[in-house]
Amino acid sequence: MKAIPLRLAIPAFAALTWSQAAVALLIAAFLLLFLIVPVVTVVYVAFVDGAGSFTLSHFGSFFSLSLMRESFWNSLIVATMSVVLASLIAIPLAYFTVRFEFRGALLIQTLGILPLIMPPFVGAVAMQLIFGRSGSVNLLLGEWFGFTLPIMEGLNGVIFVEALHYFPFILMNLVVALNNIDNSMEESAQNLGASGMRLFRRIVYPLAMPGYVAGAALVFIKVFDDLGTPLVLNQTNLLAPQAYLRITSVGIEDPIGYVIGVLMVLFSLVALWASALALRGREYATLQRGHGGLGRRRLRPWQAALAYGWILLVLALVLAPHLGILLLSLAKVWSFSVLPDSFTLQNYATVFEDSPRMIWNTVLYCGIAAGIDVLLGTAIAYLMLRTRVPAARSLDFMATAALAIPGVVLAIGYLRTFRGVELPFTGELVTSSWLLLVIAYTIRRLPYALRSCVAALQQLHVSLEEAAENLGATKARAIRRVVVPLMVGGILAGFVTSFMTAAVELSATLMLIPSQNDAPMSYGIYLYMQSAAGRGPGAALGVLAVAIVAIGTYLSHRLISGRAATEETRPVARLEALDGARAAGAG
Amino acid sequence: MGHGQQARVEIDGVSLAYGATPVLREVSVAIEPGEFFALLGPSGSGKSTLLRILAGFLQPQAGAIRVAGEDVTRVPPWERDIGMVFQNYALWPHMTVRQNVAFGLEERRLPRAEVERRVAAALELVGLGEFGARRPGQLSGGQQQRVALARTVAIEPKVLLLDEPLSNLDAKLRIHMRAELLALQRKLGITTIFVTHDQEEALSVADRVAVLDQGVIQQVGTPVELYDTPANRFIATFVGTINLLRGSLETADGNTVFRSEALGTLALAGGAASAGPAEIAIRPHAIQLAVPGKAPDGGRSWLDGTVAEREFLGEFVRYSVKVGTAELIVDQPHYIGEPGFPPGAKVKVGINSAQVKVL
Repeated sequence: MKAIPLRLAIPAFAALTWSQAAVALLIAAFLLLFLIVPVVTVVYVAFVDGAGSFTLSHFGSFFSLSLMRESFWNSLIVATMSVVLASLIAIPLAYFTVRFEFRGALLIQTLGILPLIMPPFVGAVAMQLIFGRSGSVNLLLGEWFGFTLPIMEGLNGVIFVEALHYFPFILMNLVVALNNIDNSMEESAQNLGASGMRLFRRIVYPLAMPGYVAGAALVFIKVFDDLGTPLVLNQTNLLAPQAYLRITSVGIEDPIGYVIGVLMVLFSLVALWASALALRGREYATLQRGHGGLGRRRLRPWQAALAYGWILLVLALVLAPHLGILLLSLAKVWSFSVLPDSFTLQNYATVFEDSPRMIWNTVLYCGIAAGIDVLLGTAIAYLMLRTRVPAARSLDFMATAALAIPGVVLAIGYLRTFRGVELPFTGELVTSSWLLLVIAYTIRRLPYALRSCVAALQQLHVSLEEAAENLGATKARAIRRVVVPLMVGGILAGFVTSFMTAAVELSATLMLIPSQNDAPMSYGIYLYMQSAAGRGPGAALGVLAVAIVAIGTYLSHRLISGRAATEETRPVARLEALDGARAAGAG
Repeated sequence: MGHGQQARVEIDGVSLAYGATPVLREVSVAIEPGEFFALLGPSGSGKSTLLRILAGFLQPQAGAIRVAGEDVTRVPPWERDIGMVFQNYALWPHMTVRQNVAFGLEERRLPRAEVERRVAAALELVGLGEFGARRPGQLSGGQQQRVALARTVAIEPKVLLLDEPLSNLDAKLRIHMRAELLALQRKLGITTIFVTHDQEEALSVADRVAVLDQGVIQQVGTPVELYDTPANRFIATFVGTINLLRGSLETADGNTVFRSEALGTLALAGGAASAGPAEIAIRPHAIQLAVPGKAPDGGRSWLDGTVAEREFLGEFVRYSVKVGTAELIVDQPHYIGEPGFPPGAKVKVGINSAQVKVL
């Protein structure tokens, strides 16, 4: 009888476990250095005084400033109202698709993706031109009816733009939740005597609630963190813009910026916690799947009219920023008029002259970041699902925690943590290298790529890999010949998601970009939009960004369906791609 | 595709536990070269774990596995040459049938011509010669299983492992594949171990069966041995249906008598068993029912009973008969025109002492 330590139940072979441990340690070190340490640094600075001892005085001075108090409340109001408005848009749409039998369902699905293709700050200027005080809509209203709507006034504008941009998160989560309610659950309730509102209140509502809360929490976090939209709309009395302004104008030493950072992380965590609470123990909705979805009914004519009316209204609103940006990019001059007075291609010429470097930078940075993301994602997924490396789950947890860290906070953490640190060999400062921006993208987008990879690997039964080993393939060869080819759809979807969302990321970009020369497109758009004269070229660059994202999505779809031409991986790939598009709105 | 290599497999004192939960406890059994051997047990008995240990996906905490005399306990799965057909077939969806079957041969770095020849032969063997270009998703469940089988036998393994090979097939196909598996195994002559929870499956095809329960081998034997001479209560109840009665054995005038409160006294054949507390087992079909008053068969002990329930099963009728305080399961063949006994009927219950097994 050989003496084998009792601990090992599954483990394969010693040498391999070592390489697994090495990979796990490497990933842990990366996450520690570029996620944990910077965030802890922000928290630390917010709570210590000059002598290094604990203090609450920074928070005291934060709340003693009326501007800060106002920003705090404004942020809360904007995030909350955005959730409310987004819910008002999304809930009827979700209900229409799952409850009734009508052709608008496809339209609604399109509605769900469209807004996410363009980051909100890009559309914000166009929205001002269309819905602003002297925008197209109000000009027409004033001319015809003699009144105007203050849609884009002050915080209203931010709420309006954010809600229109982020309502798909609620729509999609709710549709999934409603579709997971099995028809038999509704029928058994009817069988037991429930109908109408009681049926809705006792069966449909509790089963759909977790999905709604998850979507709403996501919207809250996104809006709370968004830096670009308020800046473009010139609403700086919010937390994110204040943090940015304090750090860039007062300096990296200013403790107020750190206090704001802590508050933002806190609110993100609370929102995530609320959604986790709503989801806890509620997975039953997804466990029992029969035919899926509630029973569908035919619409009566007046119901159909109402439904289509609502859908068309939302569609018009959703398309407004896209159309607006397109018009703006083609306009010679567009102000105080319903439509531009004359059209030109000059803006595109300007952009191609000025900013090919920005386009290249975007492709370079986001390509590297997304590449690292899927590499890390695949490795973490494999360690977690296929090995007994003890800390694999905590790697997953750490990487996912990045969701709760606003871009502004991560950027402040980087600037502080790596202050004065030089790159090896070149001696360049880390904080003045574009590498730091790439790493920020990597960390921020890792959760998306990771979920994609984990889902892809979960779909693969372990026996597929074991069969390869059984037939003579070593672990490494089995991974190369069986696991990775079968995961390729998920990996690619993860790459595209990370790439697209990084391409429109503005909050970390604004703070970390070392020089104009190293700026990516998102920064370019923002910069152009700062001046009236720059709006045209800015819009043109925005159109280009949307085109790149759209082409990227299309190509990856083609690639996925070409490579993984099997019955088993295709639906998965499709789902993942959808997931990708869904997450693309995380600008 | 004759293999010729027939390996003896020895499982020697294998133990494995997950934390404090033992899964296998000092399991020892030897499988003879060329044997079709079944590991039978209820779910959670450890049979699949044992199969995974044989394949090398699990490491036992104690004990050894020897194949053809060579200790392979620490050999990684890819160097073992023990082919396994997975319960869900585990065909790779991104490869064609041909690529699936070629995989193991390619991993062995065989020349291309040789790979092609053996892939064709393996597919021919399972009757899927025409299906090489298909994807697994385009095949039926039965065809997928044949591909999995071809993929495994193509590498000409020393031992073939089958994990619940018939569980994913529908009832008709299962019986067909059962015969086909057996024919294939006989043709290749390869030592084969298959795991199943279905006793009918094990009894019908296996040369020998090992019955596992709670990580312990309860009995190893031919199907007839398991059925006729169960080693213990578990085997008796798990393999087939059986009546168990507790009581005590007594000897008087050289005759053995089984005495129980429930049943009264029952004369047994032969006097080999020693006196004392005992448990006896009787198969339901070894008991006969008769109308009271009819001249009883002299070779049986006749007891008085009442029919409690009847269940019509086609070939036979299964009665639950109250005898004393005991309730016996009795199977009587069914013939056209014979109505049998209704519940509540008084009957004579005849037990042939030669068919009574003392545990």
